[in-house]
Amino acid sequence: MAFLNVLPGAIAEGLIWGLMAIGVYISYKILDIADLSVDGSICTGACVCVVMLAAGNPIWLCMLASVIAGALAGVLTGLFHTALGIPAILAGILTQLILYSVNLSILGGKSLIAIDIRSTNLIMHMSDNPMAIVSAGLIIVATIIGLWLFFYTETGLTIKSTGDNPHMSRAQGVNVDLNKVIGLAISNGIVALAGSLLAQYKGSANINDGRGAIVIGLAAIFIGLSVSLKIKPNFVCSLIGVIGGGIVYYIIYNFVILLGLKTDYLKMLSAIIVALFIAVPYLKTKYFTKQKPIPIVQNNGGDEDA
Amino acid sequence: MLKIKNLQKTFNPGTVNAKTALAGLNLTLNNGDFVTVIGGNGAGKSTMLNAISGVWKPDYGTIEIDGVDVTNMPEYKRAKFLGRVFQDPMMGTAPDMEIAENLGIARRRGTKRRLRWGIRKAERQEYKELLATLELGLENRLSSKVGLLSGGQRQAVTLLMATLNRPKLLLLDEHTAALDPKTAAKVLEITNKIVTENNLTTLMITHNMHDAIEYGNRLIMMHEGKVIVDVSGEEKKKLTISQLLELFEKASGSEFANDKVMLSK
Repeated sequence: MAFLNVLPGAIAEGLIWGLMAIGVYISYKILDIADLSVDGSICTGACVCVVMLAAGNPIWLCMLASVIAGALAGVLTGLFHTALGIPAILAGILTQLILYSVNLSILGGKSLIAIDIRSTNLIMHMSDNPMAIVSAGLIIVATIIGLWLFFYTETGLTIKSTGDNPHMSRAQGVNVDLNKVIGLAISNGIVALAGSLLAQYKGSANINDGRGAIVIGLAAIFIGLSVSLKIKPNFVCSLIGVIGGGIVYYIIYNFVILLGLKTDYLKMLSAIIVALFIAVPYLKTKYFTKQKPIPIVQNNGGDEDA
Repeated sequence: MLKIKNLQKTFNPGTVNAKTALAGLNLTLNNGDFVTVIGGNGAGKSTMLNAISGVWKPDYGTIEIDGVDVTNMPEYKRAKFLGRVFQDPMMGTAPDMEIAENLGIARRRGTKRRLRWGIRKAERQEYKELLATLELGLENRLSSKVGLLSGGQRQAVTLLMATLNRPKLLLLDEHTAALDPKTAAKVLEITNKIVTENNLTTLMITHNMHDAIEYGNRLIMMHEGKVIVDVSGEEKKKLTISQLLELFEKASGSEFANDKVMLSK
């Protein structure tokens, strides 16, 4: 019974993190870059949204500002990587660190700013889970349709090919560096959008929001793709799977809390889920693949002199 | 069409691993030349193609394609002049994307990519007809992922991609070397057909002396980063493998030591 009570909240939060995981999907799966700047850009999204709201701006403008701020963070990581030759992982870590300072200054040096939920028109809040689920659902549908269309355009196709085979892309006249920057901007823009939803849902922005976000995003991707790739391995199905992965992740998360696990261990739990999803297929092929028996060749006479 | 002047490139300069790959290479191709390139390991054949493609900048010298100095042009920009097929069948295509998507990207080589549809409907029909000319049964697999194709099929698709937008210069870097003999012969036959039908200016590296003599209207042999033999026209048509080896020994002052080439006699 207690589990059913937390279910709506788990779904709402799962949707928000699923949206965030779609951003991670673009860098990790499409561009083939493990972009760690998302830990910072989700928090940037939350901070920008909350501060803009406090200044009395309409909610759509606050969310738009969050997306732009996130996209700029992606551009920064992209330039670190392509223009300055910093390895992608390190480029992401550097941006993440820069964003920590940036986020603190956005929050005016405070570690937490709350939204006055009575005087502002939010599109979601944890006090009304059905409403939050509908709002998050609509934004996710719009995002998936937008991405689906985008990746069929000339630019979109070359961003896919950039991650798939940079050699081929360059040989076909694709500016691989520019495409990585664009891809990371889109990825972090979506992550920051999820951050703005998270801030509204929780009613506050905290400087520690988003720590370990990349791991939750990857967990949602692995959980989701493990199912959706078996059903239909196409782009839209994968994205829907990723959203589903986010929801499943939060259901597991809440279930584990109900079982009495101390919340201190939850980050460790996320990391273990990701490690398992990567390790199990690897170990399976390494240790549990049966060698096919060597076919017995019938010798039909002939080369007997050997 | 192509003018290479005094091209020089040393890898790892100033170290014990320093290797001079191009030592003042000069080469001029006329419009429509189909040139086969042979030479031992480390002769600088692939290095020459990489220099033309702009994989890195040469230490010295200039490269001109169709009257444009491309020496300092980045790789992706000079791609508009070039069609390239690599030795490794995995390198020329995006495996996780459909055949049609690969062709659609190649079709737009040299144009600015915008937010327009990546493949228009009429193109699909065109690609279908082009794939049919390969006679590999790919015409009904436009939506298949390229990663599902065999090495030979991938090389054929790469060849199609390289020539879809008529290149000023087609660069083939031992593009049949990784294929089994039967498939290699088939891909070579397709290559010859596409090159001669479209009268493409082509540089084809091969390790097979027989192929080098049979195909093209001109043959160059490279040694230690330079062109040492250059025959064309009637003289090339009458060439035999033993004559070729003789030419090499005379020009380089050493014996042609390359197992791959010797074995493929």
